[in-house]
Amino acid sequence: MSKKKPGWKEIPIAGVPFLSSLEYKTGDWRVFKPVIDDNKCIKCLLCNIYCPDMAMLVKWDETGNKPLGVYVNYDYCKGCGICADICPVKAITMIQDER
Amino acid sequence: MGKAKIYEVAEQKEVLLNGDEATAWAAMHVEPDVVAAYPITPQTIIVERFSEFVADGLVRTEFVSVESEHSAMSACVGAAAAGGRAFTATAANGLQLMNEILYIASSLRLPIVMAIANRAVSGPINIHCDHSDAMNVRDAGWIMLFCEDAQEVYDTVIQAFKIAENPRVLLPVMVNFDGFLISHTAQNVKIFKDPNVVRERFLGGPRKPIKIKLMGKEVELSLNPKNPIPVTFGPLDLYDYYFEHKRQQLEAMQNAYEIIKEVHEEYAQLSGRRYGNGLVVPYKLEDAEIAVVVMGSAAGTMRYVIDEYREKGIKIGLLRIRAFRPFPYNDIMENLKHVKLIGVFDRAQDQGVMGGPLFLETRAALYDLVDRPQVVNYVFGLGGRDAPPELFKKAFDELVAISTGKIKPFIKKYIGVRE
Repeated sequence: MSKKKPGWKEIPIAGVPFLSSLEYKTGDWRVFKPVIDDNKCIKCLLCNIYCPDMAMLVKWDETGNKPLGVYVNYDYCKGCGICADICPVKAITMIQDER
Repeated sequence: MGKAKIYEVAEQKEVLLNGDEATAWAAMHVEPDVVAAYPITPQTIIVERFSEFVADGLVRTEFVSVESEHSAMSACVGAAAAGGRAFTATAANGLQLMNEILYIASSLRLPIVMAIANRAVSGPINIHCDHSDAMNVRDAGWIMLFCEDAQEVYDTVIQAFKIAENPRVLLPVMVNFDGFLISHTAQNVKIFKDPNVVRERFLGGPRKPIKIKLMGKEVELSLNPKNPIPVTFGPLDLYDYYFEHKRQQLEAMQNAYEIIKEVHEEYAQLSGRRYGNGLVVPYKLEDAEIAVVVMGSAAGTMRYVIDEYREKGIKIGLLRIRAFRPFPYNDIMENLKHVKLIGVFDRAQDQGVMGGPLFLETRAALYDLVDRPQVVNYVFGLGGRDAPPELFKKAFDELVAISTGKIKPFIKKYIGVRE
């Protein structure tokens, strides 16, 4: 999922950041990734509330009032597993991430 | 790499200065933007004199009296990150207290210059000379130069700024000289009559931080508020980039071999004074069968003894190491490849190691030679123990005896210690 990172000749010296923090994808830290079973999901949105990285996102209908489901922003999900732990119907499983 | 500029030798005057004063005069002629320091023997005179220069209005430097060496180096880091020219001085335990910040200065690529009046590290508490303080921080990513007398200290402090600020280097530089033996011993020192020879002609005016590309825009590598994109110094750098930044530091250290020589040559044109090639200083090595290797003021004593031995027909020579970081292994190999036996003299403690740091690295540098010379180690002068010609004569006699097969070589010996 992540692009190849630049080598030492390509980045500025002195350890100064050269990207905006938005471009720093902390999803790289992940070992296990959450996978959602949409058939089991009851759309309670607890995972969305508990996610410390705001990486568990909600898909809304066009009125913006009714949740259609949840999905993961893998750019920022660090794989902590809180969503899987909090899910009351065990709709989220953590599986080994292969990158 | 540009060609060395052609300078005319600038007008100079001779003044009586000790090593500390020579450092203060060099710093005055450079006129750093910030000097932050905390007094510690035998470095105290540097900062004392420099604070007088500030009080007398001879320099426009911001002088910061800090509460510890940790703060002194931290203030220098801040000043250099802001784009300024920063200078400090310390010794022994003061240097150890700075240790943490030394790594930060080098990794943030801040061209700070620091004078060290080398002193034994307590304990037992001792204020006199040995190189143990500098050896403790030899892997902190700083360039380390070792001087032989007060004249060289003056010259080297000035060179240090130009080496440090070179865009291909951008590393902090430590200028080492023996505590008391150099720091408190007066000699005639030639200094430039006009400080602008140093400030303007040699250093080219105030420090100019390099430009880097950040998000498609050109910015100055400093905390300059006029930068179109703000630059952050010192954020978290984990396993995904830290290694790359260390690799960049290595490149800078590799470049330093060339730049030290280049700056030394430029300065030689300006001053008329030379110290070997800037990295090592050979003496009567061309036809030598025995060589001695040393750093600091002991080199002068050794040359005196070598002259005596040469008159007796003994082919002995000296290689003084001026740059300890980057370690000039190629120059050592080149200068010592024809020698049969080498005595390396360490003025630093070597607890639990095969030998002193200078010995280990010199011996390692020679390992790739097909015809490897024998290398033995002498540890001398710890805690300011006197190192007179007689001490070296005894050691040289022993080296002669080893070379003629009269006694067996050894790895390490302490000399000048009471049994």
